[in-house]
Amino acid sequence: MNRRLLLLVPFGGVLVAGAGFLAMLERAQEGKFDPREVPSMLIGKPVPRFTLPGDPGFASTDLVGRPVLVNWFASWCVPCAEEATVLMDLKRAGVPIWGIAYKDKPADTAKFLARYGSPYARLGRDEPGRVAIDWGVTGVPETYLIDAQGVVRWRFVGPMTPDTVSAELQPILRKYA
Amino acid sequence: MSRALLLALLLVLGAVPAAHAIGDPNEALPDPRQEARAVEIGKQLRCLVCQNESIEDSGADLARDLRHIVRQQVAAGRSDTEIINWLVARYGNFVRLRPPFEASTLLLWGSPVLALAVGGAAVVIARGRRPPPPPPLDAAEQARLKALLDT
Repeated sequence: MNRRLLLLVPFGGVLVAGAGFLAMLERAQEGKFDPREVPSMLIGKPVPRFTLPGDPGFASTDLVGRPVLVNWFASWCVPCAEEATVLMDLKRAGVPIWGIAYKDKPADTAKFLARYGSPYARLGRDEPGRVAIDWGVTGVPETYLIDAQGVVRWRFVGPMTPDTVSAELQPILRKYA
Repeated sequence: MSRALLLALLLVLGAVPAAHAIGDPNEALPDPRQEARAVEIGKQLRCLVCQNESIEDSGADLARDLRHIVRQQVAAGRSDTEIINWLVARYGNFVRLRPPFEASTLLLWGSPVLALAVGGAAVVIARGRRPPPPPPLDAAEQARLKALLDT
């Protein structure tokens, strides 16, 4: 009898593993789990020091004073174009958004912004992509919420959707407003 | 047909070593010993774009930037640990292809020991279950065996 029960152990193991994988897949489908996501080291830390050229460009010290959404983008990035409407909606809602053009030629950035509209109150350029490395940016678009003290509170990898805004960004904006 | 398949396989396998040779000679440090160190460090660092390649193997822009930074720091005389820690401060332990031994990776590093222990326990239990060897033949049985073998 006891030994018969022992036969069920492998089946039990498979069942538990299967349930685990199913949960992982479901969370991945809902966008809550991404095994490829690189966790940000900046959350809860002051924004790294930098000075970026642009129109008129900005420095890390300029980020202190009020919460700002910093959006890394590039004209060559297809998901960035997809995200443009979401950013424009946020701008209309009064959220200050500062943009950083990553590895992008100024003329290309200008064309991109003329085509999709510019949601950015200020625009910095990181053509060499060196400041991006200090931020731990792995690609574009990436969006960071910097609070009034210049501390990073939230990061989102990939294009934000209206769902991201209502489910994640708005609660955290209310918290740090 | 199967020969064509074999040939195709050989061609594909033959192309694999070439994929390693992404490095642009202009990227390399002039000092071959420093360059060898930079390659060693780079091989331990994950490309954040392709993720299953090291920055030495990857063709991604970000990997090239990181290779450049590693070389700058090697040339500046920083130690391997200092350089790796510099990258970990920005990208977390995710950037290391060899995760460090710590509480959250205990199961990962402990799994070979765990597997050995489970296997060892299984062997011990299976041995305990095995019926004892039969007693040696007595005189009568030996005589019968001899008779059977001799005929």
